[in-house]
Order: sequence, then structure tokens, then C-alpha cells
Amino acid sequence: MKGRITAEDLPRLLIRGVRLLDPQSGLDATGDLLIEGERIAAVAGALAAADAQVVEGEGLCLAPGLVDMRVQLREPGAEHMESIESGGRAAAAGGVTTMAALPNTEPPVDNVSVVEFLARRAREVRLAKIHTYAAATTGLAGKQLTEMGLLAANGAIGFTDGVKAIGDALIMRRVLSYARTFDLLVVQHPQEPSLSGAGEVNEGETATRLGLAAIPPAAEVIMVERDLRLVAITGARYHAAHLSTAVAVEAIRRAKAQGLPVTCDTAPPYFALNETAIGDYRTFAKLSPPLRSEWDRRAVVEGLRDGTVDAIASDHAPWDQDSKRLPFSSAAFGIVGLETLLPLSLELYHNGHMSLLDVIARLTCNPARVLRLPAGRLAQGAPADLVLFDPDREWRVSTEEFRSKSKNAPFDGRPVRGRVVRTIVDGRTIFRQEG
Amino acid sequence: MQAGVCDSAFRHRHLLGIEGLSPAEIERFLDLADGYVELNRQAEKKRSLLRGRTIINCFFENSTRTRTSFEVAGKRLGADVINMAVAVSSMVKGETLIDTAMTLNAMQPDVLVVRHPESGAVQLLSEKVDCAVVNAGDGSHEHPTQALLDALTIRRRKGRLQGLTVAICGDILHSRVARSNIALLNTMGARVRVVAPRTLLPAEIERLGVEAFHDMGAGLADVDIVMMLRLQSERMHGSFVPSTREYFHFYGLDYDKLRAAKPDALIMHPGPMNRGVEIGSEVADDIDRSLIRAQVEIGVAVRMACLEILARDLGDGSSAP
Repeated sequence: MKGRITAEDLPRLLIRGVRLLDPQSGLDATGDLLIEGERIAAVAGALAAADAQVVEGEGLCLAPGLVDMRVQLREPGAEHMESIESGGRAAAAGGVTTMAALPNTEPPVDNVSVVEFLARRAREVRLAKIHTYAAATTGLAGKQLTEMGLLAANGAIGFTDGVKAIGDALIMRRVLSYARTFDLLVVQHPQEPSLSGAGEVNEGETATRLGLAAIPPAAEVIMVERDLRLVAITGARYHAAHLSTAVAVEAIRRAKAQGLPVTCDTAPPYFALNETAIGDYRTFAKLSPPLRSEWDRRAVVEGLRDGTVDAIASDHAPWDQDSKRLPFSSAAFGIVGLETLLPLSLELYHNGHMSLLDVIARLTCNPARVLRLPAGRLAQGAPADLVLFDPDREWRVSTEEFRSKSKNAPFDGRPVRGRVVRTIVDGRTIFRQEG
Repeated sequence: MQAGVCDSAFRHRHLLGIEGLSPAEIERFLDLADGYVELNRQAEKKRSLLRGRTIINCFFENSTRTRTSFEVAGKRLGADVINMAVAVSSMVKGETLIDTAMTLNAMQPDVLVVRHPESGAVQLLSEKVDCAVVNAGDGSHEHPTQALLDALTIRRRKGRLQGLTVAICGDILHSRVARSNIALLNTMGARVRVVAPRTLLPAEIERLGVEAFHDMGAGLADVDIVMMLRLQSERMHGSFVPSTREYFHFYGLDYDKLRAAKPDALIMHPGPMNRGVEIGSEVADDIDRSLIRAQVEIGVAVRMACLEILARDLGDGSSAP
């Protein structure tokens, strides 16, 4: 007869003398945290635990592991650019313990079998936790609803057409209405396709000087405003992804004041860079939505500061060299971001825009709340998904050192402050910074 | 009101919808039809009440069941029944609805039975003719004889309509059957629920006096009658619902979902059924609980009652207004 596993048998890890950051409860104090097995057993000023492995955390911060609500992992379909495993390693190095992957794989995540495949691969790889969005429309084609009810029952955490907007207003209304039937989240890539057309950079002086086709900021706010009207008549939970413009942030601010069930996120390039980063046709700065004006960038920072922007997502978009070493117009949109998510977000803290706790909230409990995941908390009984980091350590981003298979980031060589020291998922250490 | 006409006299020249009928008027249809159910089970079914009268079945939309039901009803009452499949004649030749109405009117019919794919078209036609018009279904608006036959089917099994809870499930948005049933059941004191995904519910449906549900378990809880609606095939594949598989999973009637209803709850469907889409075969064919075949039988009796009331009242000259 086998003996039952008791609490004493579980592996125990005690992290001692660390600055505990739990934005959910507002905790910001020095103390200890004990992990037993896969869960947090205790959070207190001083803990003693016999037989526990001890990690001295003096000078370091311990926060819930980052919840990155927008990544592309390229598996299945383009594993030469990224995979569940390489993306998982990049996440681990970035302090990300939970990821939500977009459905724009090949085949796309528009049926239950692909959702199940991804769940199985994530279990096999056992790095950061991976959740997947499913397509809102079949084949991401924007025409027919997917089996949202069945997909959600099988684990899809939200519905989106990924890097494509759901452009047709009637289809979007039905997507929202059908999603509302099952209380599901709809995530929009807010860019009015009939206005952005073949545009590739923000409309303005930069586009004009470079002679590149432009996307006006209005393309974003038109889609957001339209969707907000549809949310008002359907009541669906709606999330606008990677806001980049002042006008769109203002639209969400007003919608929240009206009590609409809407949330939004942005990504580091939209508060860390502006359109001048394109410089001399740098395709690594080609994003969708495009990098905007300095005025827009400041408005995004303000949106983050006042809570209009709920979350910061990496918007991780791995591309191989063949997709980026091309004339600007031919190059793919997007940059990798998992391994720079924390230090770039910490710039908001170091620059005095936000408190450390508020920055961490945008990276943990807030996206967890939007996705309704039991993540992003430092609380007894919560999953032991944690990131231990040094908030002040200075280093230079080096894309060569990225674990991601793809190196397409405009931040290579950028001096940053704040480095992940250790990443823990379900009590297992999945990453340790050497040195 | 004219002397000698009892309270339950039918005060209308046409039967265009349930909306606007009084409980007494509805009762009169049901009581008269009830007698015809028995008559129709006898070997000798023919009456001569409407001998010499002309009924034209004028169907601008394909129909087999309803048209046949009206044809049988008219013939059993001794009328001359003519079927016009207008979909393949005048409309194709470009004649307007009003011109068609005038043409038919010139043939001196006593009753026109009209189905049309556009809501309100039957009423428009009725304004241009001198005879009685029965709406056999107009767009997504009304299908009054279906609601009457559903009501009689329920009344014969449950003994009443008052106080029953009826769940109408499925494509409420496009359904004329649902609209007529909501009006009738509310008029007769039943409680009505509608159950559907939000994509298949029209806005402010609650204003029609129903309670809306989006989950079959909650919507069917403790109901007496489960009324399923047909989902048109062009609405199954991603436009309103993603797939027949998902639709059946969440909204198709099977024993699992039926368990929420009262143990003696009965099942109805206006037909034709999509087995495995809105209803499972085991439920549809359950001889103890499914009223689906009874609905067809009672349909003929109800249409006989409708034709009799409209044609006779017309003949009596008591056809105000």
C-alpha cells in the first residue's frame, strides 16, 4: 500500500529577507515567502521552516510571476521562428510565468483539436504556463463565427483574430453578442483595415520624409469607438489590445467612466519608443500598430499611470531574418518582447511616472483579472508562480543572448535597469540568472 | 356590437395575426377546432359547410406542410380549393404584389390563404381585396394558425393554457411562429420564456412579455412545455451560430437538457425538424412526451375552424369592420 503524500513530503523553498510586492493586496514590505510543493504556503515578516531550501533575497524584489496576455509562439506552423519550448525559455528568462498566445498559428486555433494540441505541448515543455486565445472567426477570415462555446469549454481563454482586426461591424456585433451568451472575452486588434490600407508607419512627418505609406492614428480610434458602441448594445467583455494613440486611450477612459465592461493593454514599444526609432528604415521598429508620435507616447504613459490602460503585454512577435531583412515595405510587422518586458516596464518606475507596485500590477494581477486566471497574487494557497528580480541592476539588452529563436527587437544595446534573477512556476525554478 | 352576436364573435374580416385578438376570440377558434379533431378521425370526414365557396391558397414562399394542411381543411369543409404557387409565376414575371392581389380579387374568391417571405406583405395584400385573408406566415412576423394549433395541442393534453410555463427555444430572431405564440400564450395567461444564444434573440424581446434566457438549463427549469424552433440551414454555419455541432451541444433538445423541465413536460416543434440540430431524435420520437405529430393532426382541424369562421361570418354579412 502506498503512503499518502503529506505536506512534509513536499519540496519546500524559503525566500528570505526579500521586498515582497503584491499589487493585488497592496503589500510592499520586506519579509519571507515559503513555497510548499506547487503553492505559496506562507507570506510573512519572518518565517522559519526546517528542511526548507533557503534563498537569500536581500536587495531583491519578489513579485507574482508576470502574466503576459499577448504573445505569438509560432507553434504549430513556424517552429523555425519560435516554438512552445523556445518561447517558454524566453518567458522564463523574462520573469513571465503565464502567457496567453494568439491564435494566428498554422493551422490557426479555430477548432478544439488545436487548443488541445497546445495544451499538451505546454504540459510536455513545463516552462511558463501557456493559455491560448482561439480565433473569433473561422480561419481568422472575419466572416464566420467559430465554435466559441466548445472552444472555451476546452480551455480557450478569449477570442480574437490575432493581428487582424475584426473589420466587419455586423460580424463583430455577432462575435460580441455570441461571446456574451457564454460570458467570454473578445480581444480586438484595433485598427480599421479600410483606413490603414497598405500603410506601414504612423502618418506624419516621419512617414512623409521616408516616403512610406502611412496609417493615421484615427484608424485606431475609429475601430475602438465603433467597438465601444457595439459593446454598449451587446454587453460583451471587450479588450482592446496594444493601444498606441492618445485618442484611443481617451476613448477607453470615457468608456470606463460610463461603466462599459472594457479593458485595454499596451506594449513596451508604445511607451518606450516613438516613431523616430524607425530612423533610417529600421525594420525592427516596424510594428502594428505603428510607433506613434511623442505626444501619443506620453498619452500612453499617462493612460498607464491613471489606470486607463490595465495591462502591459510584451506583444511578442518572433520573426526570422528573412522576414525582417527586407525593404521596409516588405518586412513583417512586430518585435520580440518577452525578455525585455520587465526592464522596459520598470523604466516607468525609474523615470518617476509610476510606483513600483503600480508597474507590477500592470504586469501581473491586472492581466490575470482580465483573463480571469488565478495568477498574479502573492497569497497563501496561490500557485507558486513568482519572479525574483533586482530592480536596480543595470545592464544592456543584447538580442544575441535572447533565448527566443528570433532576435527582431529594436532595443539591442539599450541600457536598462532591473533584471530577473529567478523565475518560479508551480514551485519549480525554471530560470536562474547566472552571475 | 350587433344584436344576436355573442361576445365571442370574431370581429375581424381577416386573420392576419394573433396580436390584437381577445381571449374570447382565441377560445372560439380553439373550441370549434376541438370538434373538428374528432370529425377528422372518422371515416366520413367531409362537410358541406363551405360548398360553393372558393378558397385560393396563394403561397409566395415554398411550403408543403402548411399549404397541404389548408388544402385538406378547405376540401373537408366542401370548398373549392385552388393552389397557386406564386413563387414560380407572377413574381418571376415582375408583377407587383398589389397587382397580383387585384388579379386574384377579380376571380371572386371567398378566402385567400397567403404566405409571403416579407413581414407585413399579407396585410398589404389584405387591404386590396374584398374577401377574407388568412395569414399563413409573413416573413418573421406572424403565423397565427400555427400558434392556434399549438395552443389547442397544449390544451388537449394539459387541459388549460392559463398558468402554464412555456419555453420557446431557438431562432427567435427570425421566427414568425415564436411571435405568434408569444402573443397567444400571453393573451391566454401562460408564462412565456424564450431561450436562445444572443445572436438569435431580437432586441428588447422582453417588451413582448417574455423572460429571456441564454442557457437551456436555466431556461427549461420547471417548464410545462418545451417548444423548439427550426434553425434555417443558412443560419447554421457561422453567421448566427458557429456550427450545427456547437448549436446542438448548447441548444439542441436532448434528454439531458430536458431533465431541467417538469417531469411531465411536453415537447413541440412546428416542423420540419432538423434532427441533430435543434432536436435529438430520441426526444422528437418519444411517444409519451413529443406532441410533434399531434400538432400536424390538430393543424388541419384548426385551419378548418379558421376557414369556417372567416367564410361564414363573411356570408352572414356580419363582417364588421
